[in-house]
Amino acid sequence: MTTQTDTALTPAGEPTGSTTGLVGIPPHIGRGLATGGGILTIASTFLAWTWTDAFPGDLTFYGYPGGLQILVLIGGLLTTLFGLSSYGVKGLRWLTPAGADSAIKLSALAAFATAWYTVVAIAAELGGLANLEPGGWVAAVATLAALLGALSLPFQRPAPEPHDPDDTGWEQFRHKARHTGSVIKAAFASGTTKAPARKLPAYAEILIIIAALSLGLIVFTYGIGTEYDEQFIGFLITAGFGFAAAAKAGLVNRVSALTAKHRNITMIGAFVAAAAFPFTQSDDQYATIGVYILIFATVALGLNIVVGLAGLLDLGYVAFLGVGAYTAAMVSGSPSSPFDIHLPFWGAALLGAAVAMVFGVIIGAPTLRLRGDYLAIVTLGFGEIFRITVLNMDGTSGPDITNGSNGISSIPNLNILGFDFGQEHTIAGFTIARFANYFLLMLLITLIVVVVFRRSGDSRIGRAWVAIREDETAALAMGINGFRVKLIAFALGAALAGLAGSVQAHVTYTVTPEQYQFAHVVPPNSAFLLAAVVLGGMGTISGPLVGAALLYLIPAKLQFLGDYQLLAFGLALVLLMRFRPEGLIPNRRRQLEFHEEAEAPTVLSKAGA
Amino acid sequence: MTTDTTTKSAAPGATPGEAVLDARGVTMRFGGLTAVRNVDLTVNSGEIVGLIGPNGAGKTTFFNCLTGLYIPTEGEVRYKGTVLPSQSFKVTAAGVARTFQNIRLFSNMTVLENVLVGRHTRTKEGLWSALLRGPGFKKAEKESEERAMELLEFIGLAAKRDHLARNLPYGEQRKLEIARALASEPGLLLLDEPTAGMNPQETRATEELVFAIRDMGIAVLVIEHDMRFIFNLCDRVAVLVQGEKLVEGDSATVQGDERVVAAYLGEPYEDAPGQAEVTEVEAAEAQADAAPRKETDR
Repeated sequence: MTTQTDTALTPAGEPTGSTTGLVGIPPHIGRGLATGGGILTIASTFLAWTWTDAFPGDLTFYGYPGGLQILVLIGGLLTTLFGLSSYGVKGLRWLTPAGADSAIKLSALAAFATAWYTVVAIAAELGGLANLEPGGWVAAVATLAALLGALSLPFQRPAPEPHDPDDTGWEQFRHKARHTGSVIKAAFASGTTKAPARKLPAYAEILIIIAALSLGLIVFTYGIGTEYDEQFIGFLITAGFGFAAAAKAGLVNRVSALTAKHRNITMIGAFVAAAAFPFTQSDDQYATIGVYILIFATVALGLNIVVGLAGLLDLGYVAFLGVGAYTAAMVSGSPSSPFDIHLPFWGAALLGAAVAMVFGVIIGAPTLRLRGDYLAIVTLGFGEIFRITVLNMDGTSGPDITNGSNGISSIPNLNILGFDFGQEHTIAGFTIARFANYFLLMLLITLIVVVVFRRSGDSRIGRAWVAIREDETAALAMGINGFRVKLIAFALGAALAGLAGSVQAHVTYTVTPEQYQFAHVVPPNSAFLLAAVVLGGMGTISGPLVGAALLYLIPAKLQFLGDYQLLAFGLALVLLMRFRPEGLIPNRRRQLEFHEEAEAPTVLSKAGA
Repeated sequence: MTTDTTTKSAAPGATPGEAVLDARGVTMRFGGLTAVRNVDLTVNSGEIVGLIGPNGAGKTTFFNCLTGLYIPTEGEVRYKGTVLPSQSFKVTAAGVARTFQNIRLFSNMTVLENVLVGRHTRTKEGLWSALLRGPGFKKAEKESEERAMELLEFIGLAAKRDHLARNLPYGEQRKLEIARALASEPGLLLLDEPTAGMNPQETRATEELVFAIRDMGIAVLVIEHDMRFIFNLCDRVAVLVQGEKLVEGDSATVQGDERVVAAYLGEPYEDAPGQAEVTEVEAAEAQADAAPRKETDR
């Protein structure tokens, strides 16, 4: 399928340092081809791609696009817009502050990959290319043309390093492969920002932030609402390449500069956008996913204080979530709880956080004198001890407290000030059902954790955490009581996890020891939590949130992966660590840490920290 | 050559002659090895004292005994009359700040943040005030930042406040380390080879900086290899050879002492311990140095 591009990608005997495209089409024709291909792609999505509605998403209609066609439409639209912007069309130039060419390439790639994936999926699932309607062919040809045109756009080729004539064949091959790699990298490299951002009035900047946040909400809602595997894969392809295109065009930098300038507005806006999510749903099906993602993300964010800020590798973090959940469950008035207590929610939440914090101190006090790997081992052990202890306190192997493997079940729904979380409510014409209620409550907890993270990170104690992470001996010599400071981080992280756990217990009706394992197919568990932090970006707020959303959605949506899910997950993590060790949303500090030689700025603004 | 120092020795704000640091009979043994043996050293306020000695003489071991990184096997170290606690963060809180032989900045923090970390012991805001952000917190943060900026102006790095420490040139990293130590408002500053790897101009600038620090009323104890630097700078110099204090006095006395010359040129003097012992001491020191570092390396 991609052979055509592959052959074009391996140039032979190029003059050094030249500015040519990857494909031998004259640049002005290529640019036209890319833009025209984009327009044709848009048009093709309004045609029928197949004759039968057996392929999910029903691509048989003329006149309006459906399912995967919408994603191709977005790819085509991006290609066209970036293409027109590169021609300098008035009113579109703002789209590409850092040069349009690599953005065109990536958006063309987005359209191409999604369209060809669709076409191949149709052919494979329905049995042959005969099932394609003309629209499908048009889309395939149009996206291919756009991609070829985009790839012909010139870029500065890196000069090949001279190779050693004594090299063996394998070394020569490696040398060539490395050069090819750097050529491809250069082909998609972003241009330099030409003009500094035009000064906008504050309200316009805020409007841009709101637009970006709404776009984020739409993308997230779409991703959560994808109904079948093909659509989710198409979504991942389009969203991934589309985001990359926007980043290469310089849009992401612009927006992040604005969000850094208006941090509070961005935060409020982000939470309003997140709170709007249940209102965009007609039933409770996706709010369920939403609330689980939120629990996962909140706990990951709490872990980020421990791992990302203070640098303490905690492999048993999920146990604190369990402590909070069990505590809240026991005082919830559940019939299987050994205590006949029914605390109001605020009491249960505070108690959950407090008990988790006590456990944090109990675990932390002896172990935080250890450094590095030892701490990881001890926390790993604690995670298992918690689970097994809970499993054994069933009345036969130990005291009858936790009901063993049955867990504490039938946890009643929350009722805060007469608002019953188990009931459907109608707010301003929107129906909000059980999981949506909990989603909103959980969002409040997330907000608390975000505020705690931000405020503690940017303070005397936060600086002490980072100093300890950077160089413990030097930090001690600066008068920082390392043990105390680490214990605070550990206990704070535990308390936040306990807080999240107290909501989780009510969401899931039942708490069982199986929910709190080290590694398990369903997040949250310690391994996934750590992965979410690392994947998203250590030491950032948005990183773990994005990481957790991806780590929850991908296994939940790609059912066909089945048993290979953990394998795929491990592979993805290895690749990520190889190519982007700072995570998807890097802390500026981390980015500098890992890419010293790169073009990263040497000045770290306060907002970026 | 030394006129320079003597004229300046009357530091404002400090009463000269009062002992700031008083180490008595400090002995440090690693197993059967004695790296530092029965060393007495006093540093008076308004004084710059140098500590020299050939490699493996136990200078850094002695330094580490002063800063609470090691607990001396025998003897005691008093700071302004009270015995120094045995943990390095408490020593800093008591008023003894130090720099490191091999620069140990927080390399991924900004210049300003590095100095703010140095302020840690002089501020009290804990987690709760950070979370609640009351007026007291804001005031303290503002004061800390002002004080840190004063120090950055003092060492001439104010313009680079938002640069990452790792991106500073070598000489400026050394200066930043001194500023970070000064941020803890010490009464005594311990400098471990502050001019290592510097060119003559930078060494000269460091000299000026140390004089300026002394003039702020802070006593300074310097370990150094650079003889010219030490004899220029210090009011008193102590020579450590094979863990023992050989001689102590002003520059002229020390420079004129033939045992010092012998120790540096490698000639044997009376009762000189064998070479084997020197290497042994070195090895033990390296081990002791490596041990705490290994733990941080994670």
